[in-house]
Amino acid sequence: MTEAGQGSFAPRTGGTAGGSFTKGLRNGLPIGLGYLSVSFTFGIMAVAQGLPVWAAVLISMTNLTSAGQFQGLDVIAAGGGLVEMALTQLVINLRYALMSLSLSQKLDRRVTPADRLGISFFNTDEIFAVASSQIDPIGRRFCYGLAVAPYIGWTGGTALGALAGSLLPASVRSALGIAIYGMFLAIFIPAAKKSRAVLAVVLTAVALSCVFRWVPLFRGLSGGFAVILCTVIAAALGAVLFPVRDRPAEAGDKGADEGSGQGLREGGRTL
Amino acid sequence: MTTGKLLLYIAVMAVATYLVRMLPMILCKRKIRNRFILSFLQYIPYAVLGAMTFPAILYSTGSLWSALAGLGAAALLAWWERDLLLVAVSACGAVFLTEWIQRLIAG
Repeated sequence: MTEAGQGSFAPRTGGTAGGSFTKGLRNGLPIGLGYLSVSFTFGIMAVAQGLPVWAAVLISMTNLTSAGQFQGLDVIAAGGGLVEMALTQLVINLRYALMSLSLSQKLDRRVTPADRLGISFFNTDEIFAVASSQIDPIGRRFCYGLAVAPYIGWTGGTALGALAGSLLPASVRSALGIAIYGMFLAIFIPAAKKSRAVLAVVLTAVALSCVFRWVPLFRGLSGGFAVILCTVIAAALGAVLFPVRDRPAEAGDKGADEGSGQGLREGGRTL
Repeated sequence: MTTGKLLLYIAVMAVATYLVRMLPMILCKRKIRNRFILSFLQYIPYAVLGAMTFPAILYSTGSLWSALAGLGAAALLAWWERDLLLVAVSACGAVFLTEWIQRLIAG
């Protein structure tokens, strides 16, 4: 409540209720730093796949998602179809639908539909996690402030990687090619260690992915579609065999929002 | 690839990604209660990561041996639940070292 005086001046969000822009900005700084390294790798890989620097940066500016962008690169490199591209992005980014849904119930009442159009663009896993961990409903100022550092980190890191990538010697570029997979392993191995359900889902997806890649029968199946099929089958199997416990969301109060945010933080960090 | 085709790819990517994020926030006013859908959505990130990592990781470097070395290093550190960045950098280091040794052996 440090800017209480602005209440009369900002009718749309009602001043500090919902958190200030500066507060959001501060909360977003660590996310932005983390994004630098991942997007640096994306920039390198995009250029290594033959994309111009501007295209790599444009992808990061317009998509703001890691797994989807890396997979999108593969589709472009393979000359895949536009329908394949759209479906790939849809499936890989499907988790955002749930996060947007959850976040929509966290926004305070004065957030207009137009602001929702803007806020949803910046809904990444990490931004969602921070936004939903706030105790009170959040407003547009906080949301936009929160997005600033991650957006700069993501696009800036991509530009640096794309520019520096072409200067690096081949031996270093070859070594950096594995970076993103190392990061993926660092996300799902600890989760699979703790949860039998996650382990089953991951192993199913890995097995299917290897089959699609190595069995001659599936040679015609492109990489993008293979990822979609693996994902849908493995996640559906997990949902049938290991349905998640009911969240305390039924109460429909503030505590319920906290609960669903918690579950997603465990479920979808750093993608 | 022509610039136009590239721009078309990027536009499709961006629009698809944005719609997934935007539509639920605009359209849906009530909470998801269906247990299957909730579970399905929760498992998607792990399924995606598994499918994207294997077997692609084996082809991500200059040789199969260096890829296996990187995979081993990353898997071990991930098992110990080290920081994402450390895991990724260590995988790169293992690949770099292995390929350097391979070049030495090849003379």
